[in-house]
Amino acid sequence: MSQVKSTSKPKKHKTGESEVQTPNAMAKQPRNIVQKIWDSHVVSQQEGHPAIFAIDLMLLHEVTSAQAFQTIESRGLKIANPERLLATIDHSIPTRQNRYEIYDEAARSQVETLRANCKRHGVPFMDFDSGNQGIVHVIGPELGVTQPGMTIVCGDSHTSTHGAFGALAFGVGTSEVAHVMATGCLLQEAPKSMKVEFKGKLKKGVYSKDAILKLISIIGVGGANGHVIEYTGEAISKMSMEERMTICNMSIECGARAGLIAPDRVTYDYLRGRRLAPPDSQFLKAVEYWNSLKTDKDAAYDKEVVIDLDQLDPMVTWGTNPSQGCELGQPVPSPKSLPELERKDLEAALAYTKVDAGKSIEGLPFQWAFVGSCTNGRIEDLRIAASILKGNKVASGVTMYVVPGSESVREQAMKEGLDKVFEEAGAQFRMPGCSMCLSMNDDRVPPGERCVSSSNRNFMGRQGPDSITHLASPATVAASAIAGRISSAAKYL
Amino acid sequence: MKKYETLTSKVVPLPKNDVDTDQIIPAQYLTSTSRDGYGQNLFRRLRDTEPDFPLNQDRYKDAEILLTGYNFGCGSSREHAVWAIAGANFKVVIAESFADIFSNNSAKNGLLLVSLPKAVIERLLKRAEKDDLFVTVDLENQVVLVKEGLTTEKHSFEYDPFRKHCLLNGLDDINYILSHQSEIDEFRTRNAKSWTVSPSNSNEENLALAGTKN
Ligand code: SF4
Repeated sequence: MSQVKSTSKPKKHKTGESEVQTPNAMAKQPRNIVQKIWDSHVVSQQEGHPAIFAIDLMLLHEVTSAQAFQTIESRGLKIANPERLLATIDHSIPTRQNRYEIYDEAARSQVETLRANCKRHGVPFMDFDSGNQGIVHVIGPELGVTQPGMTIVCGDSHTSTHGAFGALAFGVGTSEVAHVMATGCLLQEAPKSMKVEFKGKLKKGVYSKDAILKLISIIGVGGANGHVIEYTGEAISKMSMEERMTICNMSIECGARAGLIAPDRVTYDYLRGRRLAPPDSQFLKAVEYWNSLKTDKDAAYDKEVVIDLDQLDPMVTWGTNPSQGCELGQPVPSPKSLPELERKDLEAALAYTKVDAGKSIEGLPFQWAFVGSCTNGRIEDLRIAASILKGNKVASGVTMYVVPGSESVREQAMKEGLDKVFEEAGAQFRMPGCSMCLSMNDDRVPPGERCVSSSNRNFMGRQGPDSITHLASPATVAASAIAGRISSAAKYL
Repeated sequence: MKKYETLTSKVVPLPKNDVDTDQIIPAQYLTSTSRDGYGQNLFRRLRDTEPDFPLNQDRYKDAEILLTGYNFGCGSSREHAVWAIAGANFKVVIAESFADIFSNNSAKNGLLLVSLPKAVIERLLKRAEKDDLFVTVDLENQVVLVKEGLTTEKHSFEYDPFRKHCLLNGLDDINYILSHQSEIDEFRTRNAKSWTVSPSNSNEENLALAGTKN
């Protein structure tokens, strides 16, 4: 991939981007990137009403779309812009080799329904073996269809992943999926903005997953409710697109409506040459526009948080929501000192995960290890896991799944021989999909068993009824799998 | 969508914070392609593991109001969570606060969400756990009325005026948006990007399109 100059001057952008002005043009007021993207997508707004807000791209998967197609059809409506949609199958499909045969009748019907709906309505559909099938939040970026400044929705809360490209991307419910199908727009209230600055540098063996788990542990699962987060700071600018996607992916776990990162050279280098990215002849023009999206000097936010990452150690969750985590080596907090309702919640979480308060979680034995999901199922994640597993064996008594996020991640991993590394270590290298991230397909953690997982949610029963989840980075998952106990990856790096 | 009408009902107490949508409706019950039938699996895990979970108790059989802590409905965007709550015949959820997407989804399905201050929630939760608690929720006037002996407690709540209008009149968003079609068309023309490559135009680049791979 050739390099792109990202240095076009932040002069006035006279490229026909009328959208950089708001209707009631407070033109001189400095704005942050969230406000800029918001302003540029408001089609119209009546006093006291939500805005009619234009959506540039909607991603679809089999679980949250069928009822929306029904709505459209039952009301005799057409899909407004089928070319602004992109569908795939990921949640309920099997990840075994012969995944074409879906034994679960309901799951099979979901897949077939989506396939038929897409065909009937002319919606691009990334089916098995298209080379592009995969988790919806993995394939958008890979195809280059996720671009800065866009508005992107999907009937899935981890749509925030696409924010890594400087897009305003958020999850919606199925009713809203139908609204976008019918109109290309949504009714929306302007979001509040929040700046999260990650200062400092990550130590070796500490990854963006640890940084985002740290943030969530500090501000809580509702800490960013109603806000769109812009992540900034030295640590962010050093991160690859894969690492940034991991950060933005988990924005929803602190309640944020979305999370995004201003586009820069890293973004442009990633995008250039991808199939649905701007063609070379248009690329610089696109870059000029993308650069104009960056937060103006002195722009304000509704909320700001600064987190220093210099001393951060790997994070692991011990409870039943993503905020209930701590650094390896730190003690799990004790409920004793808390007010009543919080104390009860914490006691319930610890009773469920069977973790001792006041002690470190390091050394806790477990039965399952999972590297995959839209949080950490991309090629870099697989490379990190492979580099640790190479020459080692997964402990007996531990079953390890490595599930690539997409067909193209899988293909790339095989090109690099990572599949061999996983197999020699005794891990299963499977077909792409959401897999064990949620208990919707065949891949589940059995009742009472414990899993160290690179996914994003540790809710009760998330990976299977009565299963226990510990969220961690792919490195921590791999190192723990070798030990059979929750462990740091430090000695492998 | 059904219109919301003022309602008086017994309250089901759920004294928890951060109740996530995986608890409301676990993923293994999401494989249906319709909107119906989710009510029976509302809080399935809690119902199966806690014998005295309120929804297992006969005394709450006809209750239409759920009362809970803060950040209710966090996690997944699954609208199935709302369909499950509505499917179990709840019309109102009262909590200290709600997660964003859940709150949006509720409005689109005629489920009224009412936020009250922490102190009030905690007091009402205690009362509802002890005795039957009846509450009236009046959206028109944005008040929750709680009978206490001969007196009535009155708690006002805030509610977005546009959502209120839609709920009280049973309106949904599609028609509202479609009534602005010409503005939408004009917006699209004005903002077309010269660099857009649409997936449906890329057959020759080996992108699989609907049906071509079966
Ligand atoms: S990998 Fe998990 S979180 Fe991501 S889209 Fe699939 S089920 Fe949702």
